[in-house]
Amino acid sequence: MTPGMPAVDDVGLRSIVPAVIGILVRRGAGFAAAEDAVQESLLEALRGWGARPPEDPKAWLVTVAWRKFLDTVRADESRRTREQRLAAEPAPGPVAEADDTLQLYFLCAHPSLTPSSAVALTLRAVGGLTTRQIADAYLVPEATMGQRISRAKRTLADVRFDAPGDARTVARVLYLVFNEGYSGEFDLAAEAIRLARELHARTDEPEVAGLLALMLLHHARRPARTRADGSLVALAEQDRELWDTALIAEGVEILQRALARDRLDEFQAQAAIAALHADARRAEETDWVQIVEWYDELVRLTDNPVARLNRAVAVGEADGARAGLAALAELDPALPRHSAVAAYLRERNAEAAIAARLYAEAAAAAPNLAERDHLTRQAARINAQMRDAGPPRAT
Amino acid sequence: MAKYLLLKHYRGAPAPLNNVSMDQWTPEEVTDHIQFMRDFAARLRSTGEYVDGQALQPEGAWVRYDGEGRPPVTDGPFAETKDLIAGWMIVDVESYDRAVELAGELSAAPGAGGEPIHEWLELRPFMAEAPTVTE
Repeated sequence: MTPGMPAVDDVGLRSIVPAVIGILVRRGAGFAAAEDAVQESLLEALRGWGARPPEDPKAWLVTVAWRKFLDTVRADESRRTREQRLAAEPAPGPVAEADDTLQLYFLCAHPSLTPSSAVALTLRAVGGLTTRQIADAYLVPEATMGQRISRAKRTLADVRFDAPGDARTVARVLYLVFNEGYSGEFDLAAEAIRLARELHARTDEPEVAGLLALMLLHHARRPARTRADGSLVALAEQDRELWDTALIAEGVEILQRALARDRLDEFQAQAAIAALHADARRAEETDWVQIVEWYDELVRLTDNPVARLNRAVAVGEADGARAGLAALAELDPALPRHSAVAAYLRERNAEAAIAARLYAEAAAAAPNLAERDHLTRQAARINAQMRDAGPPRAT
Repeated sequence: MAKYLLLKHYRGAPAPLNNVSMDQWTPEEVTDHIQFMRDFAARLRSTGEYVDGQALQPEGAWVRYDGEGRPPVTDGPFAETKDLIAGWMIVDVESYDRAVELAGELSAAPGAGGEPIHEWLELRPFMAEAPTVTE
């Protein structure tokens, strides 16, 4: 929390940001200038409103942002021609907000942007986050994040605000927001869900529905996924009472409606796998045979090696560890998390010493501390069990 | 105040006294160690001495410019003999003595048997900003 900045319940405030940008653009401001002006008025609102926001927050934001925009234009124009043709405030006129917001989603996820730029711009212009909040979440200096956003907007300088876009591109950007690790106080996973809900309400693209279902089903498990000390809990060991049944029900319903459209894609397939896990009240009741079938679909759709790796785990559950190891043997050992999967299957195949060594190897190659600690504990657990069981045997 | 870098090495530091690799500890010892590290960072935050802490993956490579129009040369993964940094913590403290005290506490993190690891940490002062008054 920034000192001097009140803890405004800012979801309401942030949710009107895209509409306000849309209104400024319709009044004739360019996207880049409009977005800057709205960000500044947002900061002013966060600083100044405190516990007493104005009665019509949106009208306030529009007025203040438009004034800031005009100040910038005047400063620029008086430097150039002294002409102030935009000085008079035009009437707002009829405004199609829903379309504006959707256009903003398209623009911020434009294919000409790098993924990290699209993520940053989406969080600021569509999510209504401040540059500081985005910078904190991704552990970069605020000035760096500000530059990344400015550069993104320059890249978009020649793209028309009302250019047709593709909801699937937006879905991929929101997936990155949801899935990429972040730090700090701001809950980016929850924000990604909020934005995916908004997008889902504005488009009937099954891929967006699949994404939203996937996010809801994974988010539902979050309370069970880490212990109070931050350590990871494997799916099979999670306390399923902690799963959020309302989110699961919502996710399953959205997924079923999407699947009925018969336009399968990777988000729907992943969501189907998550739904099958959510459906099992106890880990032993998991329908691994169906999960393997969904992984087959996922592999067919994406040819993604990570999907193949996860498929090997599912095969190991459905048909036994040996079958899982056979599926694994077809994959490149250099794949990320390959040794972790191998360790898991080896242990289930009663090859404890090999499993312990592979877990230690996997820990050394882990991409984040939570996983490294988890894998180290697995190695330690098996080694301790072997010590307790008697003298070490050569395996 | 002066900033110091506390460097932890995967390789290249003198061997610690309690030198047992982590996968040979009990799971509880692993948990206790991780909790110690968390508590240590949290305490330095509360005293206003913590600046940053990051962990590095053990892989990496050497890279250098190889002339106009040519791609950079890489040499790696790192050779087994290379000094390998595992991570760092940056503290902002009143004195060198305080930095040594903190490094000593961090080196006492519990390891196998719940006993302190006595790990060697590298302590490096930062170059400071130039002062305003110079005479």
